[in-house]
Amino acid sequence: MILEAKDISVSLGGASILRGIDLDVGDNQWLVIIGPNGAGKTTLLNCIVKGVTYTGLIKLSGADIKTLKPRELARRVGFLAQMKFMDYSFTVEEIVRLGRYAHEKRGIFEFGAQNTESQATVDDALRLTGLTHLKNSSALTLSGGELQRMFLAQVLAQAPNLLLLDELSNHLDLIYQKRIFSLVREWVRSPGRAVISVSHDLGVAKYYADDAILLNRGELIARGMGDVFDAKTLSLAYGMDVRAWIKKLYETWV
Amino acid sequence: MLKANSKFVTLIALAFMFVFLLCVCTGSVYIHPSKALGALFGFQKPGDSMTNIIKNVRVPRVICAALIGASLSLCGASMQGMLKNPLADGSTMGVSSAASLGAVLAIALGINTNAIVFNATTVLAVVFAFVYMLIIIGITYRLDQFLSTNTIILMGIVFSTFANSMITLIIAFADRQIAAVTFWLMGSMQGRDYGDAMLLACALIGASVYILSHSRELNAFAIGEDNARHIGVDVKRIRLGLMISVSILMGVCVSVGGSIGFVGLMIPHIARILTGSNHHTLLPVSLALGAIFLMIADLLCRVIIIPLEMPIGVITSIAGSIMFVYIFVKFRKA
Repeated sequence: MILEAKDISVSLGGASILRGIDLDVGDNQWLVIIGPNGAGKTTLLNCIVKGVTYTGLIKLSGADIKTLKPRELARRVGFLAQMKFMDYSFTVEEIVRLGRYAHEKRGIFEFGAQNTESQATVDDALRLTGLTHLKNSSALTLSGGELQRMFLAQVLAQAPNLLLLDELSNHLDLIYQKRIFSLVREWVRSPGRAVISVSHDLGVAKYYADDAILLNRGELIARGMGDVFDAKTLSLAYGMDVRAWIKKLYETWV
Repeated sequence: MLKANSKFVTLIALAFMFVFLLCVCTGSVYIHPSKALGALFGFQKPGDSMTNIIKNVRVPRVICAALIGASLSLCGASMQGMLKNPLADGSTMGVSSAASLGAVLAIALGINTNAIVFNATTVLAVVFAFVYMLIIIGITYRLDQFLSTNTIILMGIVFSTFANSMITLIIAFADRQIAAVTFWLMGSMQGRDYGDAMLLACALIGASVYILSHSRELNAFAIGEDNARHIGVDVKRIRLGLMISVSILMGVCVSVGGSIGFVGLMIPHIARILTGSNHHTLLPVSLALGAIFLMIADLLCRVIIIPLEMPIGVITSIAGSIMFVYIFVKFRKA
């Protein structure tokens, strides 16, 4: 198992955000978390990077994440969080390079310290996300989709075992949605890797993921592709006939 | 955008040396550069009055100005990166207000214990800056265990207001010391000696070793606190280390030169325009530019209304605000 989570609960300011969530993700598996707004999807991802205080046990390849130092955790888990805004002018390459932080030894003065292996990983990540031609551009000049790809490149450069993707398709145009989802699908095929993503696009989620969980108001209400994408369960969670809505959307195309 | 290549480094080094020499030669009495250099390197008679002015008055003063300028810029640059806020500075965080409160208290109460190497103003300024930092972190922890940027800045603003009103209160009661307090509040390099320079140099070396060696973490903070955490930065520990370094350095600067505004806010901005936001180059360039800027500011204080002296804070604020507007307008257009 790459990730095992047992009885995860989170309370913030007296409000209970997550209650007793169990989760397993195995080798080469892509698990998708779906659910309406406020279901606790992002909070669940945040637990895995120790971004919120939780009760319960989370193990990464057998090790309790509470015992892992920040760098050790970052070598195992990469988190593509939802959109960040840039205030300072860094180049795309400088930001992607920071993904190597957890892998590089620290020197007292690191002026231009270059590690060839790291550089190759960074170049790869830039190429895969289609950003090589923009690597010397200031991140302040990028569009929303380019920023999203830049942060994905940073996470790929981090070379984790487990990739957490919060709304991967945000700001991406159709070509890049297809390209990036296929890229992640390809990425997860290598041994020792797994993906957990949060998605509102049920069509894409159903198409790419191997496993799914459905959250609603902090509770896990369905598990497994069959149960989660069951029309009745979805309608219960979203309070509307989800299947009929999606069908209606696609009918206009046929 | 300039790259930190050897040409750029040479240019800054030459500018530094030129300004240093200019500041040593110029003042109420002009001294020819050849004589000044002679005095500096011991070719002049020791008893000579020129040698005396150069060696015991001007050189320590100019060194102090350079060190304070470098320190304030370094503090500003690292705070702006750490808090991901271009308006952050030792003063925004409230550290300089805390140091000022300590120093003003020492001056107003006329505490003059020279028993230790440092005088009471220094000790109280550093102690206040440091204790303030402990308090702010303690309270911030209680409110928010992640020590988030907004909480720290908010606490800084609240405390600055408190400290400034306490300073006003002290001034209201300190009728005999009022001139000393007021002059000090605007900052001055008058009468700074080698002891002050030594103290500043030690603080600056200590703080800059820590801060410069965490350039990468500062880059990560400048992109975002969450992003820094996700790539593996030990956010809490490094933020604490940076805050301690800055508070000690600010405390020492304030105790030696008084409160000198605008340097920590303005110089890193200029450096950022020249070199980009990467702290590997931004921090050293800020150090150098800060030193050059404050030496010039101090020179202006000495020569504008000879034989009187202007408080250095007046010069830095005037120059700073004009320069800031210019930069702001120019780069917002682009």
